[in-house]
Order: sequence, then structure tokens, then C-alpha cells
Amino acid sequence: MSATALNTTARGRRSRGEGTPGDGESTGGGGTGGRGGPGRRAGAGRGRMPAWAWWTVCSLIAVMFLLPLVALLVTVVKTPQAAAASPPAYLPHGISTENFEALADSREGLWRYVWNSLLVSLGTVLLTVTVSTLAGYGFARFRFPLRSALFGTVLLCMMIPFQAILTPLYMVLRFLHLQNSLIGLVFVYATFQLPISVFLMRNSFEQIPRALPESAQIDGCSTLSSLWRVLLPVVRPGAVSVALFAFFSAWNEFLAALVLLSDEAKFTLPIFLTVLASGQLGTIDWGVLEAGVLVTMVPCAVIFLILQRYYVRGLVAGSVK
Amino acid sequence: MTAISQGPGAAGVGRPRRARRGAWARGGPARGGLARRRSLTGLLLISPALLLVAVFFLAPLCLTVWMSLHTWPLLGSPEWTGLDNYLAIPGDRTFRNALDYTVLYTVIITPLLLVTGLGLAYLVRDRRRGVGLFRTVWFLPYVFGFASAAYLFLWLFDSSVGFVDRVLVDLHLSDAPVQWMNAADSATTAVLAMVVWKVVGFQMLLLMAGLQSIPDEVNEAALMDGSGRWSTLLRITLPLLRRHIALVLVFSVSGSMLAFEQFYIMTGGGPGNETLTVVQWIYNSSFANFQLGYGSALSVLLLALLMAINGVQLYLLRERD
Repeated sequence: MSATALNTTARGRRSRGEGTPGDGESTGGGGTGGRGGPGRRAGAGRGRMPAWAWWTVCSLIAVMFLLPLVALLVTVVKTPQAAAASPPAYLPHGISTENFEALADSREGLWRYVWNSLLVSLGTVLLTVTVSTLAGYGFARFRFPLRSALFGTVLLCMMIPFQAILTPLYMVLRFLHLQNSLIGLVFVYATFQLPISVFLMRNSFEQIPRALPESAQIDGCSTLSSLWRVLLPVVRPGAVSVALFAFFSAWNEFLAALVLLSDEAKFTLPIFLTVLASGQLGTIDWGVLEAGVLVTMVPCAVIFLILQRYYVRGLVAGSVK
Repeated sequence: MTAISQGPGAAGVGRPRRARRGAWARGGPARGGLARRRSLTGLLLISPALLLVAVFFLAPLCLTVWMSLHTWPLLGSPEWTGLDNYLAIPGDRTFRNALDYTVLYTVIITPLLLVTGLGLAYLVRDRRRGVGLFRTVWFLPYVFGFASAAYLFLWLFDSSVGFVDRVLVDLHLSDAPVQWMNAADSATTAVLAMVVWKVVGFQMLLLMAGLQSIPDEVNEAALMDGSGRWSTLLRITLPLLRRHIALVLVFSVSGSMLAFEQFYIMTGGGPGNETLTVVQWIYNSSFANFQLGYGSALSVLLLALLMAINGVQLYLLRERD
């Protein structure tokens, strides 16, 4: 099911039979004998490869995309000595959990960093979804002075990447006593998720027929309760996209966390990886480092595979429009 | 919050009457108070978003300019030095090398991603059996963080324990392990491999959406008129993809001009400072050399540069209709 979810962006009417005879065209000069001019041209309309060639090419590319991950998987289950062997063996001798045991006991303990990352990511998701839902509702459904100017200000954030204002951001957070704090990181991440999130939520609200909230209010709902009971179920797909973007960006963010966190007990997973990579006595324990990489990647892969429909739809909608 | 919950109560009373009277009554006497109340509700709904943007985006943005006019140490009081920081930039050889290298990296990676992304998009444009699987697999690395992907590839390209050298030696493509990180060219190659692996799925997705928005009839008509495959691509498809290509270019150019993680982790800017990027030098100036004012001046310059580049790109690829 998850494998076909990316199909949601494809248009149904493109579906045609596999490997129809007219597909010979894509093999090159097109001189596949026996078919006359007009017939060949019509068949060449989409210029599709024959199924076997298409499967071969696509599978080879897919293998190239998967190889780094396969290499990672076979290495983290090696013993630490085998993982440090040079040149490396392609396959492990049996399965060892030693790298993960060492990882769990590294520095402050793996769970501390997993917890930090979870806290920051879920905090960012919660703050981003709440704030952008309210703002999207406000921008889509209410008229007030300076509405488009204010919307433009929020979108401006998107044009100006936070890397470019990192130095003063550090000063602002220090002034607010939020430097070296996971809460401070949540505020920074949520702010930089806002442009795309507010944009997506505004579009979601605009797609709802006006009559829907009005009739809810006739039935005696307040603004907030009509938002909560009537509108939210309708804009839920948009909100899921927003939540996913917020989660991925917070879970994976590196530079701001590197600059803003100074206390090792507060590090998030990506920064914990730099600690692992700095190694002890100048040698990197590759088995442990790559086990850390795997632990950092797995939640992203799992969440993406389950919810890719929302993620991809939001990505295309947010970028193209 | 109290204003939000009070307002709609009154609106709820007013609503049924207006609804019954129909649209012509909207300009009636009750309109003014209701509109004001609704506009207040709208402002309240967007206020949390505005607050975040003001504190964590607009304030640092203005502070960047302010700090850039000072000698600003991490601790101790800043001293007004006017344009001195900006005047020091032309004489900063490290920065000039970093800028040259970052531009070079951008010039290489951008067409690489565009062409690869377009090729992949062509392969999975049409709905056919298995297409969802390939889209998912090719896109998957995009959801991993730059940090974890960089640590994965740092290991893959390690000359003693990495798989890349093992494979190259086994296939007799190389006599001895390549010391990837010991020379700027090979270090850049390793980074390019990582970045293409990680982000090309995103480019594929956007370009695929673009290809799918071109009606079949357009391509069929072109081929019918005797236009060849390549000339159809160049004269029909690419111009129609203008908007999507612009988008892909803007993402890839901004992303590469802001490159940090992949170099910080994989090359450390080395050998020497040969693969140092602009953001890395801003990071070093501010947080290693504690010249926060100078780091801000570099940030302002980078911002101006990015906005100029993106402006030119969007202008050149604008829709002409």
C-alpha cells in the first residue's frame, strides 16, 4: 500500500496498457519493421519503453539508491572489530548487537539524545500545527486591515533562510535566556516552518465552501468551536502535511542545534553524531557511529513510508503553487 | 483569548437574521459592528504567528544589519565601527576562496541535479505497474537529515573501512584505496555523490508534477508534425516546464549557496581551507573566532547575493503570457 501511495500525484488518465506494440519507438531509430508511418507515429505518442527495459533501468537505479542503506545495515550488525577492519568484509559473520550496546552507553546514554530529539520534534510539531492552523484560518476567512501585507511578512521568512541570520538569532535567544535550551530550539524551528505551514493551511481553509462554517455558526457554534468541530476535520490532510514537515525538519536540523546548544546533555541526535565522530583518542568507532546514523534515520523512514501520501501531496502543493 | 470566545456569541445572535434577509441586507446597520468584530477575531487568530515571526525572524534580521556595523565580541560590549566590517571583506582571502568554492559547487551540483531529476521524472511520469515502488525508493533518502546522510557517506568513502574503495579495488578500477578526503577534487566528488543521492528525489518529484501537467495531446501533436524526440524535448517540453524548472533551480541554487552540513561533516573544509563554504566561514567567524559583527556583515552580503540570484532566475524563467 505504501509503495503505491506516490501514485496519488499521477493522473489516472495516463494509465495505459503495459508494453503495447507501439512502444517499439523508444528503443531508438524506430525502424521496427512492419508498421507504416501513421501507425508508428500515433503509437509513439508517449514514447514509452517496453516494460522489460523500463523495469531493468528503474530497478538498477533503485539498487543504486538502496546500496548505501544496505551497506549500513550489514555493517552495524558486525562486531566492533569487524566494523573497524580494513578493507571491510562485505558481509558480517553472524549478527552482533555490540555496536548498539556500546551506542546505548555512549556519553549521556543514547536514550537521553533520543528523548531530546523527540521532545524538540514533537514540540515543534505541536507549536507549528497550532499556530499555523489559527493563522491559516484567520488569513483565509477573516478580513482585517493589512491582511495581505501581514501574509507577505510571514512568507518573507521563506525567502530568507535562517542560516543567513544565525549569528543575531543566537544573540536574541541569549537575550531571552532561551539559548542552550530545547524550548528555544522549538521556537526557532517552529518560526522557520511557519511560512510554508501558514501557506498550506490558508489554502486548505480556502478550499472549504464558505457555507460550511456559516451554517455551523447559525447552529450556535463560536468561532473557535466551529473551527474545532466543523473545519478541522476537513483541513486535516493539510494539517498532517504541516505536522510531517515540522517533524522532519526538527528531527534532522543540524546547524541551529550545533550553534544554540552548548550543554552535551541537551544535544539532539544529529549533534550527538558529531560527538560520536569526534571519537576517543582520535580514532572513530565506525560501528557505533553508523549505528547512531541508523537510529537517526529509522524514524524518518518509517514515518515517511506510512504517511508519504500526505507528505508528497503537501510538498508538491507547497512548492508548485 | 477571552475576546475570541466572547465575539462569536454576539455574532451567533446576529447571524440568523442576516441569513434570512439575504445578501442585499449585508450593507445594513448591523454590518459595521460585526465586521469590526470579525476583523478583530482575524487579527487575534494570526497574532501568535506574527509574534513568532517578529521575535525569531524580524528581530534577528534587523539585528544582523545593526551588528554588522559594530565590532561585536561574544562577551563584553560592542563598539560602533561603521562600515569597517564590510570594508574588511574584500581583503579576506579565506572568504574569497570560500565564495569561489561555494559558487563552483553550486555551478556543478545544480545542472547535475536538474538533469538527473528530469531523467528520473521521465521514467516515472506515467502510471504503470511498479511505478509507485520506484518513486518511493528514489525519494526515500530525501527524508533523512543532511547530518545522518553525511555521516553515512563519510564512512562509505573512508579509505580504510569504507565500501566505496573496497568495491573500486575489487573491480580493478583502482589499484589502492583512494584517499577521498585528502584532495579537494575527490572530496568534492564524495560530497556530490551524497547530495545527489539525498536530494535528487525531491527534484524528480517536482519535475514529475510538471511533466504530468503537460497534456498528452501537446506531445502527440508535436510528434505528429514530424518533430523528433530531442527537438520535442527542447522546444515543447522544456518551455512548458519553465515554472517547475525555475522552482527546482531556486531550491538547488539557494540550497547549495547555503551548504554547510555536508562540508562541515565530510571534509571539515579541508584539505587546508579548499572546500570551505561561505556559511561555514560565517560560522567560524562568529562562533570560533567570536567576531560576531564581522559574521553579521558576511551574512548581509550572503543574503543580498541570494536574493539577487533568485530574483534573476525567477525573472529569466518567468511565465511569458
